[in-house]
Amino acid sequence: MTSSGGFWYMGGYARYVWPCIVFACLVLVWNLWSARRYLAAAKIRAARALAMAASEAP
Amino acid sequence: MTVGAWEAFWLIVHREMRLSFRRPEQLLQPLVFFLIVTTLFPLGLSLQLSLLRDISPGVLWVAALLSSLLSLDSLFKSDADDGTLEQLALSGHGLTVIVVAKTVAHWLVTGLALVLVSPIVGTALGIPTDAFATMLLSLALGTLTLSWLGAIGAGLTIGLRRGNVLLSLIVLPLAMPLLIFGAGATDRAISGTSAMGALYLLAALCVFTCTLAPFAAAAALRITLE
Amino acid sequence: MWTWFYKLASPPYVYGVAAASMPWFLGLAILTIGYGLIGGLVFAPPDYQQGDAFRIIYVHVPSAWMSEFVYTTMAVAGAIALIWRIKVGHAVAAASAPIGASFTLAALVTGSMWGKPMWGTYWAWDPRLTSELILLFLYVGVMSLRSAFEDPARGDRAAALLAIVGAVNVPIIHYSVVWWNSLHQAATVAKLGKPSIAGSMLWPLLSMFVGFMLFYGAVLCLRLQGEVLNRERQSAWVREAIKS
Repeated sequence: MTSSGGFWYMGGYARYVWPCIVFACLVLVWNLWSARRYLAAAKIRAARALAMAASEAP
Repeated sequence: MTVGAWEAFWLIVHREMRLSFRRPEQLLQPLVFFLIVTTLFPLGLSLQLSLLRDISPGVLWVAALLSSLLSLDSLFKSDADDGTLEQLALSGHGLTVIVVAKTVAHWLVTGLALVLVSPIVGTALGIPTDAFATMLLSLALGTLTLSWLGAIGAGLTIGLRRGNVLLSLIVLPLAMPLLIFGAGATDRAISGTSAMGALYLLAALCVFTCTLAPFAAAAALRITLE
Repeated sequence: MWTWFYKLASPPYVYGVAAASMPWFLGLAILTIGYGLIGGLVFAPPDYQQGDAFRIIYVHVPSAWMSEFVYTTMAVAGAIALIWRIKVGHAVAAASAPIGASFTLAALVTGSMWGKPMWGTYWAWDPRLTSELILLFLYVGVMSLRSAFEDPARGDRAAALLAIVGAVNVPIIHYSVVWWNSLHQAATVAKLGKPSIAGSMLWPLLSMFVGFMLFYGAVLCLRLQGEVLNRERQSAWVREAIKS
């Protein structure tokens, strides 16, 4: 268990520990979000390419 | 008349040297840049010569790195532009020989020139003369390694837009260990302690790079040319 | 078993596997990371020397490990793609680069925050920190090089070569704490035999390692699908694939 002062106080190191945890979580969230966006954009581009190919077909 | 690999090597080195000396101003540009960059530090920091001595190895090395980068662009570019590079690649001697010849020639006119000019710069930065031997040796090894790292970078970035910025972006991180050991060797020589450890590591880096980089640079050219 | 390897070279197969396995990777990642964080932040006792500040280890060390692991994966995938001309390798490398760069940044930032209470400074030019910073530059270089080419296939090959050349840096980072006496702490977990860390502290940390690896797997699956689609836009199987 964390030492005196409780969980959020982190024994006096709160201003170092919590920003780290938050930053790491932000990095994880960013990875997921950006990967999802990338895939969605790729799907749209692929759909567009297929539509163009279909309309060009004789 | 078929030409062996060694003959091809010397022919290309000879050609590169002749081409370089045809435009002597081009040869001087990296040297002048080297002198200018080294001047910027004392001007910007306005330090006494004795204090300048402390930062002089770093300043010297950063300046040498930046001037080498400046000249790397020309390693393959002009030959790529007029199609000579493709002709050389098709010549049947293998890209590796060609790359070795071009890089060695390039080092002879740029890196070696920097090494020869460095005593002047060293004096301007307050490096004591008994540290010169280490300084020269470390710069010689370092610029050779840098020419090789630069050959890989140049091979990858021929013909790209803003290729020289990308070249720096690629080469500088690879050159950082070099900077650490090279400046470290000179630094130790200035402070009187033995620089042998750093010099050995620098030599090891140089040998490692000179052995493997030709293949990497040839592969880079193959990717760019095909 | 070798037929499975052959199948992995096929873009539609890889796309399907990635799409199907992503939820599993993500679910398991959330569980293991959750356990790791709760175990590490709440239940592990404070360190004898560092107090509660040591808890930064639960995000810092897994991030640093992932930064090296992802770079190695990127370099190996690039090498496979270059040597055997398997395009899926380039897709894996391209997908991994931004993920690895973000882990490197996380390692640098959390390490810096940890350095202030422990060593009194946010930064030091010691071998491990410096080589980790160089790793970040290498990631940026690889990503920039890939995007600088107009022909994406050529960009892939150039980036693969650069990744391989830069891979020399990874052992330097890893062994820097062994080769040089420096500020950064030496290995506590990976020592063979008994690790020099208490059990209640160790298990959440191991869970975080596993969790970050699984998380990389999940994000890789997503990005890999995107990369494969971008490279195979003209192919027939894409029509069915993007309907989902």
